[in-house]
Amino acid sequence: MVLETTTTWHMACYTDDIPENGGACALIEGEQIAIYNFSRRGEWYATQNLCPHRQQMALSRGMIGSTGVEAEPKVACPFHKKTFSLKSGECLSGDDYVIKTYPIKIENGQIFIGME
Amino acid sequence: MKQKIIVVGNGMVGYKFCEKLIAKDTTKKFELIVFGEEIRPAYDRVHLSEYFAGKTIEDLTMAPASWYAENGINLILSDPIVDIDREAKTVRSHHGLLESYDYLVMATGSGAFVPPIPGVEKDGVFVYRTIEDLDLMQTHAKKATKGAVIGGGLLGLEAAKALLDLGLQEVHVIEFAPRLMPRQIDEAGSKVLQAKLETLGLQIHLNKNTQEIVGNGIIEAMQFADGSRLEVDMLVISAGIKPRDEVAKVAGLEVGIRGGIVVDNALQTSDPNIFAIGECALAHQMIYGLVAPGYEMAEVVATKILIGVDVASFGDAFIQEPHAQTIVFENSAKGIYKRINISNDGKYLLGGILVGDAEQYNMLLQNTKNKTILPPDPEDLMLGARGGAEDGASGVMALPDEALICSCEAITKGAIYHEIIENKVTTLDGIKKCTKAGTGCGGCVPMVKDLINETMKSQGVFVRNILCEHFDYTRQELFDLVKIKNFRTYDDVLDHLGKGDGCEVCKPAVASILASLWNEMILEKGNATVQDSNDRFLANIQKNGTYSVVPRIPGGEITPEKLIVIGQVALKYNLYTKITGGQRIDLFGAHVSDLPDIWEELVNAGFESGHAYGKSLRTVKSCVGSTWCRFGVQDSVSFAIEVEERYRGLRSPHKLKSAVSGCTRECAEAQSKDFGIIATEKGWNLYVCGNGGVKPRHAELLATDIDSETCLRYIDRFLMFYIKTAEPLTRTAPWLDKMEGGINYLKSVIIDDVLGMGEQWDAEMNLLVEAYKCEWKEVVDSPELRKRFTHFVNAPKVKDPNARFEPMREMVKAAEWK
Repeated sequence: MVLETTTTWHMACYTDDIPENGGACALIEGEQIAIYNFSRRGEWYATQNLCPHRQQMALSRGMIGSTGVEAEPKVACPFHKKTFSLKSGECLSGDDYVIKTYPIKIENGQIFIGME
Repeated sequence: MKQKIIVVGNGMVGYKFCEKLIAKDTTKKFELIVFGEEIRPAYDRVHLSEYFAGKTIEDLTMAPASWYAENGINLILSDPIVDIDREAKTVRSHHGLLESYDYLVMATGSGAFVPPIPGVEKDGVFVYRTIEDLDLMQTHAKKATKGAVIGGGLLGLEAAKALLDLGLQEVHVIEFAPRLMPRQIDEAGSKVLQAKLETLGLQIHLNKNTQEIVGNGIIEAMQFADGSRLEVDMLVISAGIKPRDEVAKVAGLEVGIRGGIVVDNALQTSDPNIFAIGECALAHQMIYGLVAPGYEMAEVVATKILIGVDVASFGDAFIQEPHAQTIVFENSAKGIYKRINISNDGKYLLGGILVGDAEQYNMLLQNTKNKTILPPDPEDLMLGARGGAEDGASGVMALPDEALICSCEAITKGAIYHEIIENKVTTLDGIKKCTKAGTGCGGCVPMVKDLINETMKSQGVFVRNILCEHFDYTRQELFDLVKIKNFRTYDDVLDHLGKGDGCEVCKPAVASILASLWNEMILEKGNATVQDSNDRFLANIQKNGTYSVVPRIPGGEITPEKLIVIGQVALKYNLYTKITGGQRIDLFGAHVSDLPDIWEELVNAGFESGHAYGKSLRTVKSCVGSTWCRFGVQDSVSFAIEVEERYRGLRSPHKLKSAVSGCTRECAEAQSKDFGIIATEKGWNLYVCGNGGVKPRHAELLATDIDSETCLRYIDRFLMFYIKTAEPLTRTAPWLDKMEGGINYLKSVIIDDVLGMGEQWDAEMNLLVEAYKCEWKEVVDSPELRKRFTHFVNAPKVKDPNARFEPMREMVKAAEWK
């Protein structure tokens, strides 16, 4: 049997709600989603807002940037600077944590987050 | 044809052997069969007591049964080997399995030694060895209130701590010897340890010989040889371990008088086809490799984690005069005792004892094992660095290549050095990944870091301490370039001087440079998102994601009216209120969306930002000085206010603290500040480069009997020199440490102006002082900036439901995090 997963797109906010090269948090269906405006690269990302290290809702307030030859996009939690890939959600600073990432799309200045 | 290895025993050591063999046996030359006595695969016995603290069996398991299967290992559990036939080269198990071998590896470990005390068979008497033992203890502890442990060694103390964790009201430790941990530490160290343990709630009885365990089927009391008696309803026996050598002995292998299978340096027994490893093996000499050093290391870590006190001994811990010289350091208030024994010629470290602080353990152990020639002041090795640029990290470079840095994984200095030099692995995470060093108990991490830094220094690899992967410049170079090119935003700096997209290291560093150079509002021109989070929200993030609010109170002087406003704001927003160490008031627990409203009320009452969130000037403390104090010789409060208002908002590589004392009694503690001023009959004495914190430092005297104007000019120049040349996040004391020529050079730069920079720095500081504006006033007045202070962009009125509080006395505190 194949389980079908359907992605529902939720309107989160407007593009100018998210500061350039930074993040902000939106409340969607009771979940806290961190949305990042990587304007330097013209890219958008969304992850869970919770940092798994100390269970703090803080990733959206973290600094974003990139690392390595592949220029992996990442965010650093403001609490203890654990860093996570914005693409895969993997922790890049040596721990085993993985954070959830969400599909994101922009239409007419509006930001939509895909949730299952 | 494959050769067959049978491992007898599946404990930590047996498992480790399998792991190493699989890793080395790339050509699959060997077939591996493991027999274990317990019902589950090997688990971490060193951290066994964490089982009581909530760890599951899965957490403690070294590797699940599936790991053995995946690696082609035949794991047979609940079936110990009972017989070895050395002629036929076969073993027979309890259930009757007969297996032949080419090589046999004995890893039977050890069992609890139970002394023949009458009554040991009674209910409520336990040993502390396996998960089954723990399960039994846990069940019994539910109906017990008074417990005791026989044995004051490491395992006994661990068991005692476990009894406390199980909720017993009274826990006694009974030791036969006149001191705790008699095999590891001396009497003075034992006294320090005992005092520490008593504060944890353990009751220690020394020189006690248990004669009988009394009770009708179930333990009721312990009777001692000195006639005394102790009522208990639970007892753990931890009187030592004995090697499990029974099967080996019956098979005719040579065993020691007190047990243990005799092995040579290659871990080979008297039968060339049979080896023994771990606690069942008895080696005449020190063994490198496998796990013997691993256990040593684990013991140090275990005492720290399990009992909360560092205890370590190494080498010949007890050797005394006239065979050696001993150096002892004791601080009974802090519960620290250290002893090192050095050879009579002063050249070699022979051994030692550490209680209360074992940070130097690994370094001392390696110096002992490798017979490193000691420095002229060997006590520095024991006490750690005490100022001066040379010591501390130099120790690791003096070790030979074969010195074990990571004992758990048996990684040598040479192996790590090779990765740094040949493979250019220059980060701790990188070294962990490629060598596994530091991934076990973690005790060697400081040494690995030192080794990386010192190696790079010696190679000139990173002598230019470049900022990060995005900028090939030192902070000082970047500072000058940004100034010359007149860049005002992070993006400008990155586009012209850097590469990539930036990161959490270079963003705040560049933001700090921009702020130090231009003193412009840090949240404008797109610079907001390159600030460290605290600077971005102009407040300090706290444990539950809320923020703290700290208005500036220059010199610590405040009017009753302003004090009332702080109280009213705290009441209105339900903020926890505390007087800080810097003579001002901190308000905790503000939701990010309330920050602009809170500050609007504070700004309207005449308050300004206190920059508690920034790498910038924090406070200038003062004592009342000549205005009230009968000893005061100058008006220290007025001068402190003048100093604080001059440098408020000044961004620097790290935070800056200051103080002004009104007389030589020094009530403002100015000598522990980055710059401190003490009144004299004739004017002021200026001290620089002190700090409190992790590594307290006394400030050094820069100038004496100067007037107020000269004092400010010297501080201007001192701060400009520091801001321009310090590495990121370096405070003034370590900055001075790295300066060639030290305080004398600093004096010549500031007072004699040998660099000829004086006038320029004076002018630059005046520009910064004139450019100052209160950041919070600017936010309060700007609807655009205020908009950014929300938790949810799509629901600005909703507060973070995860920001939880707990009541504490009459106020609140942040909910404890996990």
